[in-house]
Amino acid sequence: MSAIRTVELSKTYSSPEGKVPAVEGLTLEVASGEFFGLLGPNGAGKSTTVGMLTTLVRPSAGRAEVAGIDVSHRPVQVRRNIGVASQADSLDRKLSVADNLEFRGRFLGMTRRVARRRAEALLETFSLVERRNARAHELSGGQVKRLIIARALMHRPQVLFLDEPTAGIDPQTRHNLWDALRALHADGQTILLTTHHMDEAEALCQRAAIIDNGRLLACDTVPTLLTLAGAKTIVTVTYDRSVPSDLEGLRGHPDVSRVDVNGSQVKAHTHDAESLLGDLITAGVNAGLRVRHVMTLRPSLESVFLTLTGREYRE
Amino acid sequence: MTIATGIRLTDTEDTLRSSAPHTFVALLARDLRVLRQDAASFAVRIGLQPVILLFLFTYVLPKIGTGSALSANGSSATFSTILVPGLVASSVLMAGLMAVSQPLMIELSYTNEIEDRLLAPLPTWMFGLQKIVSGALQALIGGAIVFPIAIVLHAPGQAPLLQVESWPLLAIVVLFGSLFSASLGLLAGTVVDPRKTGVLLTVLVMPATLLGCVFYPWSALAPLRWLQILTLFNPLAYFSEGLRASLTSQVPHLPTGSFLTALIVGSAATAAFSVFAFTRKVIS
Ligand SMILES: Nc1ncnc2c1ncn2[C@@H]1O[C@H](COP(=O)(O)OP(=O)(O)OP(=O)(O)O)[C@@H](O)[C@H]1O
Ligand SMILES: [Mg+2]
Repeated sequence: MSAIRTVELSKTYSSPEGKVPAVEGLTLEVASGEFFGLLGPNGAGKSTTVGMLTTLVRPSAGRAEVAGIDVSHRPVQVRRNIGVASQADSLDRKLSVADNLEFRGRFLGMTRRVARRRAEALLETFSLVERRNARAHELSGGQVKRLIIARALMHRPQVLFLDEPTAGIDPQTRHNLWDALRALHADGQTILLTTHHMDEAEALCQRAAIIDNGRLLACDTVPTLLTLAGAKTIVTVTYDRSVPSDLEGLRGHPDVSRVDVNGSQVKAHTHDAESLLGDLITAGVNAGLRVRHVMTLRPSLESVFLTLTGREYRE
Repeated sequence: MTIATGIRLTDTEDTLRSSAPHTFVALLARDLRVLRQDAASFAVRIGLQPVILLFLFTYVLPKIGTGSALSANGSSATFSTILVPGLVASSVLMAGLMAVSQPLMIELSYTNEIEDRLLAPLPTWMFGLQKIVSGALQALIGGAIVFPIAIVLHAPGQAPLLQVESWPLLAIVVLFGSLFSASLGLLAGTVVDPRKTGVLLTVLVMPATLLGCVFYPWSALAPLRWLQILTLFNPLAYFSEGLRASLTSQVPHLPTGSFLTALIVGSAATAAFSVFAFTRKVIS
């Protein structure tokens, strides 16, 4: 059974400025047990998609099923089967850290005793034991993120939704969180994670969908995405002056699939970065140019994004 | 910081008895936990205004000789007798209104807090209804705080004369008065822009509480026919008059049929409309 299935899922918000198409015709399938990434820049429609899958946003068109249950027709049943760590801080400010967990469990039908025991275990797991009596607003950003994830795990959700779980936390905490998420996944947890950090999706996800402006650009396993047509190493060389547009016949170079010349900058896509780099430096010297800066971008989801949209991936 | 990686998720003892009534009760338990945490500030917030009004009307004004103007015309009842039902009604109304609208405005605007409870497995309209029930409970608690204060504080020899003619009538009035106030709270919390609460309070709530037959029975307004009619659009008037009929029936009051109809139909209509508006608002 697939954990998530969407067919032509769309959402158009009506705002005072007019209609905002946030998600358009999204068709996706996530298998049970999969760690799936939803990637895209700010405003791509990630949170809107998660909102529709978690019953908090009403789809304008299309269908979606989570754990085999239709989100529009049986939202309450869907809520019983999901855990949601939202992007915005949705902690209950009036309750302590421990009570935030306890009440989530009780809302889901646990008895007080079971909810408390479960909360204790999660406080332990997420290193929040010393903060158990703090109010939510007294927590650091990283602690807030951890508590939100812990709360999403109060019951064993069939599908765990994590909307940018590592936004705004330091690299060390982030790596610890990654380890925790990997452990969860190893334990069989189905996870849908949204992120605008390409490296995060590369590090964690088995499959990923790349969306931009509400539309699906690609959806595949991460290795396949990385070898997508044109997803090669991008070599960028910056010279000290403008370069002639056909720097010594670079366009005819057998290893180069694409060249963009922009002022003093040459950007070439290739399979063989080392030899091309040598050629570019030599060509520069022959044309009387000096190399100021060299950058190589190995095939990554970032270069995939660049290949797919022709735009730099902005963070 | 390290996160223990051995996350154990399976807990075979966790059999979830998830059902709408269970979730509803758990949401109420959450509200009561919060209320208990700020019990002191709740009591002060609810109790202070009636204490000050009672102090003003039963001590300060009589002492400086303006008191006589306040004795209700057309009735031999003491002013305290007139005041008790009015003050209890206006306090309950404010308690229910504020208990729902204030946290809701914050949850809906500055933060994303509402999402936590929206994800509880309960139809969204029942979550709205839960807010009304919770607000009505807090309104009842507010009434329980104010009632003894209103009885005890009075001018020397001016003890209010209370007599419950019919307990069921009193129960119905208090119940629907509380539900009405909490429904108005849900409506205000849902439709009012939080930046405009100040305006709402001064333009609508304050005049409504002062002019809701709190300090005089409705019939005493006879010389001001236009105000008497305008007052009929004020929910508080029916609540004050209803309490007057239940607690101090010797004082003139609106006929039982009319205030009961207004309270029951009014609270049902407001509850239905506010739940509808709330549902529309939170699920985008
Ligand atoms: N409630 C709303 N009303 C109107 N427009 C909205 C609403 N929520 C989101 N949008 C718009 O929909 C688009 C997609 O937003 P969404 O929050 O889904 O993006 P996102 O991919 O999650 O971005 P981010 O990385 O910034 O979180 C944006 O253009 C946004 O302005
Ligand atoms: Mg987002």
